[in-house]
Amino acid sequence: MSVAAPPARRAAGGRRRREGRAALLFISPWLIGFAVFMAYPVLYTMYLSLTDYDVINDPTFVGLENYRELVSDEKVTLALRNTFIYTAMAVPAQLVLSLALALLLQRAGRAAGFFRTAFFLPKMTPPVAVGVLLLMLLNGQSGLLNEFLGWFGINGPNWTTDPDWVKPGLVVMSLWTVGSSVIILLAALQEVPDELLDAARVDGAGWWGRLRHVVLPIISPAIYFIVVVDTIASLQSFTEAYTAFFGAGNTTYSNDAALFYAIYLFQQAFEFLHMGYASAMAVLLFGIVMVVTAVQVMLSRRYVHYTGGPR
Amino acid sequence: MRGVRRISVAAAAMLLAGCAQGTGDSEDTSDATFDSDAELSGEVQVMGFGAGDEIATVRLDRAKEALGSEADVKLIEGDLDIQQFLSSVASGEPPALVYAERSQIGTFASRGAVVPLTDCIEGEGIDTSVFRESALGEVTFDDEVYGIPEFNVVQLTQANADLLEQSGHTIEDVNGSDWDAVSAANEDLMKMEGGNLATIGYDSKLPEFLPLWAKANGADLISEDGRTAQLDDPAVVEALEWAVSIYDAQGGFGEVKALRDSADFFGDGNQFATGVLGAMPMEQWYVSVLNDVSPDAPMAFDTVRDLQGEPIAWASGSAWAIPKGSPNPEAACRLARVMTETDSWIAAAEERVRLREESGGLFTGILTANEAADEAVREMAPTDGDSVWSQAVAAMYEANDHTFAMPANPAGDEFEQAWQDEVNKVLTDGKEPADALADAQTAAQEALDEAWATWDEK
Repeated sequence: MSVAAPPARRAAGGRRRREGRAALLFISPWLIGFAVFMAYPVLYTMYLSLTDYDVINDPTFVGLENYRELVSDEKVTLALRNTFIYTAMAVPAQLVLSLALALLLQRAGRAAGFFRTAFFLPKMTPPVAVGVLLLMLLNGQSGLLNEFLGWFGINGPNWTTDPDWVKPGLVVMSLWTVGSSVIILLAALQEVPDELLDAARVDGAGWWGRLRHVVLPIISPAIYFIVVVDTIASLQSFTEAYTAFFGAGNTTYSNDAALFYAIYLFQQAFEFLHMGYASAMAVLLFGIVMVVTAVQVMLSRRYVHYTGGPR
Repeated sequence: MRGVRRISVAAAAMLLAGCAQGTGDSEDTSDATFDSDAELSGEVQVMGFGAGDEIATVRLDRAKEALGSEADVKLIEGDLDIQQFLSSVASGEPPALVYAERSQIGTFASRGAVVPLTDCIEGEGIDTSVFRESALGEVTFDDEVYGIPEFNVVQLTQANADLLEQSGHTIEDVNGSDWDAVSAANEDLMKMEGGNLATIGYDSKLPEFLPLWAKANGADLISEDGRTAQLDDPAVVEALEWAVSIYDAQGGFGEVKALRDSADFFGDGNQFATGVLGAMPMEQWYVSVLNDVSPDAPMAFDTVRDLQGEPIAWASGSAWAIPKGSPNPEAACRLARVMTETDSWIAAAEERVRLREESGGLFTGILTANEAADEAVREMAPTDGDSVWSQAVAAMYEANDHTFAMPANPAGDEFEQAWQDEVNKVLTDGKEPADALADAQTAAQEALDEAWATWDEK
């Protein structure tokens, strides 16, 4: 036996549908943009990863063949290892330097504006230019870095050719563009309540104690954001290393130590025209980034502290 | 919620429909009629070619004249962007004509991105007999010509005459005809300061010139039909071992590359003018650079020579090709013909001679894939040997008469990558040359087999 809904409930339901339609209408520009520029490329990449596709001819369905090939491709292993090692070095280095600069800037007083601009300017440098700069600054013979090390009696390595020093060299160059992280951390540092710092000082905490037990916990959301963003960026590193070691200026010389995953993916897609295989590589990278980010989210529950109540 | 679900399903359906649509097929040029007397019209879009100097503009003007006033040539300048080109072909909107490296033509042809030029050559009356065999071979894929060859690039031995004299050597010791002599000269020419390399004795230019050293030792990296890799040939291994030993004697490749990279290669502080390089094989265009920026540099030139003492050069260069689905193949073919015909090269050379005379510079010749044009232009260039620069020009033309090239194949880039990767491992990781070339052989042959299998199935 069916029972008709009361008129008040029917009216409420109609209002919700009208509101739902209005809401969809308002967010439709974003939905369309998301569908065209995000969902479609992602779905199409997933589809292509199951095909043999050379850009010119129609894709041929090959099932999981590209994924099977991924597992046995030694260069994929090499590129992944390079990418992970670079990420493990670059993200902490960038974070520590950003924090140090932000702490210094906090004390800069009137000159803070100038230094903020100065530190941010390198971020405006095109990555391709950074790649070219890398070769000049890190040249084993005449590079500025080795000149600097020479002042201390250190005979610097061949950063651009010695496989052991290629990735550290790239990490050094990545520090060039920490400006945006510095600005974010500086903003977070300025939000640390003075009364908490004063209380810690009264309790006998020194500079390190205040930093460790008061400042870092309070700015941990900003640190967490920077770690997540920098990790994703490092896992997708491409332009600087490609320009320096694989681009037009190095038509034949390359260095396996700088073969990042995104570079190998690009080679497969646009040099060898293995677009299906490259798509499978892209899907794998997507999965890796998802897993790494998920782990960071889980860790954040323990190490990130949000002031002002629960998240 | 139901509305949202409906929209999601519709969006997914649209996306999947888009996926299923693929790239579409472009029309080929089988219905085109090539006739050198035909009146042509319409837009002629050219991708990858820039009219940057008089050699380009003079020939382009002649091509426009031959096309007639109804045709409108539009250049998409800059080096060919492969991604852009292939995307344009895949979407059915390619340019009328494409200007590419000859080494790319085999890959484009195997993918169906460019069309055979048999009808174009016949209809426009392009005389292929004037083209150098090595150049034509590079654009001939599976017995069909897919490109009209244009410029030619060869290598010369370029050396600092003062450093040679100071070390008691001559250009003959570094021209490659005797590897022991080159090794000895390398050790005499190089200088170390404070534990660092201060002067490069000899630069064997690895990885890029492995094919040159292998050929000098009597081996080819790939078979004539482009199907079989020959990278593990003992003669190739021997060539690599010798070329690497040149670097080892100077503290390793890293030391040499660091010093090489620190020079002002295109300026008056170049490595020859500043005396930090004894000798190296280098492409002929660098003669013009040196003549422009450091005309007083103490130079000596010769061809590169094989172990029998014969001149040898690995030729590469550019070519014109007609994309699949070209909207104006007849005009494209005529433009390619006029750009590469003998009279056009001569007219361009005459203009360069005139401009050089005006500016007080030296005409250092032009190397093309057109043998008849080269012979005519050679007469305009100083090759009497009176000056070091005329020796360079003479050596350049001599090298151009003794060229070899890699045959077209459908896995050109992968084949090249396979041996270059392994040579780089020898240079930077200390991998044994024989092991490296054995691994390169496996990777290269796999790439060739896969690409040829795809082609043979078509």
